[in-house]
Amino acid sequence: MTPKLVTAKLVTARLRSAASSGAMTERAPRWAAGVLVGMTMAAMVVPALAPDGVRDIGDVLATRLVPPFSRDGRGVWHLLGTDAFGRDLLVRLWTGARISLGVGVTGTALSGALGILLGALAGWRSGVIDRAIVALGDALLAIPRLVLLLVIASLWGPGLGVVIIVLGLTGWMSVMRLVRAEVQGVRALAFVEGAQALGVPSWRVLRRHVLPNALGSAMVAITLGVGNAILLESGLSFLGLGIQPPASSWGSMIAGGREWLLVAPWIALMPGVALVITVVACTVLGDALGDRRAQREIR
Amino acid sequence: MHRLSSRVLDALLLLWLVTTITFALVHMAPGDPATLLISPTASAEEAARQRTSLGLDAPIPLQYVHWIGGVLRGDLGVSLVRAEPVTRVIADALPVSLFLGGVSLLASFVIGTILGMIQALRASRRADHVITMVTTAIYAAPSFWLALAMVTVFTSGVVWLGLPDFLRLPAFGMQDPAADPASIGWVDRWRHAVLPLLVLSLPGAAGMSRFARRALLEAADAPHVQAAYARGLSRGSVERAHVLRNALTPLVVLFGLTLPGVIAGSVFVEQVFAWPGLGRTMLSAIAARDYPVVLGLTLVYAGAVVTANLLADVILLRLDPRRRAS
Repeated sequence: MTPKLVTAKLVTARLRSAASSGAMTERAPRWAAGVLVGMTMAAMVVPALAPDGVRDIGDVLATRLVPPFSRDGRGVWHLLGTDAFGRDLLVRLWTGARISLGVGVTGTALSGALGILLGALAGWRSGVIDRAIVALGDALLAIPRLVLLLVIASLWGPGLGVVIIVLGLTGWMSVMRLVRAEVQGVRALAFVEGAQALGVPSWRVLRRHVLPNALGSAMVAITLGVGNAILLESGLSFLGLGIQPPASSWGSMIAGGREWLLVAPWIALMPGVALVITVVACTVLGDALGDRRAQREIR
Repeated sequence: MHRLSSRVLDALLLLWLVTTITFALVHMAPGDPATLLISPTASAEEAARQRTSLGLDAPIPLQYVHWIGGVLRGDLGVSLVRAEPVTRVIADALPVSLFLGGVSLLASFVIGTILGMIQALRASRRADHVITMVTTAIYAAPSFWLALAMVTVFTSGVVWLGLPDFLRLPAFGMQDPAADPASIGWVDRWRHAVLPLLVLSLPGAAGMSRFARRALLEAADAPHVQAAYARGLSRGSVERAHVLRNALTPLVVLFGLTLPGVIAGSVFVEQVFAWPGLGRTMLSAIAARDYPVVLGLTLVYAGAVVTANLLADVILLRLDPRRRAS
């Protein structure tokens, strides 16, 4: 058993231990799904509906650093206050959500697709290809993902596209391992052998008969990966190596609020609250999905 | 013995792969470190001469062979920016990161295991729910944000909330810059260390408690535990001998799994709190395109992760006889 297999074993152990998830109530996944849907809606609607002047930099001295739940110098009420340039934080938060959520989902979708592709390839074809893919995955897992992200993102020049691609290239390993194991398991079953014996081309066997059986556990890992990707994007943006101004994500908003921390802490802290809620919702949803699968397996 | 040596070989192979991949990544990147290092007013001949002395004019494969050869001899090259051996740059920063990482790893294991035990074995359902909610939130919080939140609470927040004055903690650096270096006591050093350590340990403890809780609940379900109760053993002795021992042994492996998180966390913590450790060195080396330092640090990080995994594997083999047979 290689060191990395221990990781895979722990992940599967986690999936299997559904019977003991007493603390997760029945309603938690529904709440989590509701929160995520609500956030996506707000990210689409709020910036579009915001009245003119709340979003732009105007009369800075009259409107800057307004605390939450209070009115600025012109009498406009701000739920979350304003930032150092007098921009309404609520509107900025949901504008930033577009990038934070968007990058998290597309980055994870990319890494998930890559993981499924490579996992299917490695599991279906044993031999050199299999060993090469597994070795590459092990090597990438040995470098902490943040370090990998830092090196690539900074050397290739930060930006939206680079962040998404880099998240995709550094996150496929766990999905690959799961899909590979499942494909290897399914490959030996009678109905696959039967299909092959009937002369069905192997890509078709793989697509029609093997992959549908192997995708369930990959979906759990991908759902859990979204929260992680959102966190990593925020980290890169916080260090100035992710989303570049004038665009902003929750991470870069926290970085921007850092110098006002002692005067107006809400600027840096509010986006973090949004981050925590989003990531918790993703985790709860992913865990629930995993538990459901594990229970089905037990039955 | 045979298995151990084959594992060590695997680990070394993995490290070679890691160095090769990072080398390729760094050298495939657009941009030229020479443009940052050579003065823009230098003449063409002068620039060419400096390139040669920096070793940047050789073909990439040759640079790779040269670099790998050096690594095998324990020589990681010379920092392009600081003109010091990379090993020296790393050795300067290492103690800071070892202190931060070591103490917080230990703290997160102890706190996390105790929390998991409270949740699984002793507490009411309500306490279990509350702890789960808090640990899930902390586990989901980005460490740089956690750091800023702690700074807010323990600096200006102490005044707003009317807390006692000794809770006002220093938020930057490793010691009081105004004090005489000779007279700085342990109190001042530890007061500076509280917030960084807290921010690094809390997420680890939160993750750990989740694992510990699950492991304990599973172990408590096992038939031999019920059999022990049926034999009339007291709750305390069953939990000690049959539940805790079985459940907590596998958690040793998490040492290998927690380390990458601590390394990533320390990058942010060192950046926010201005501690001159490996993470901060990495960030400045990346910004300055100091290739040898970036490569050397990546190797150190990967080496730490691979070694931790190997160690966890070996320890587990020693602690759990069942795994030796399989």
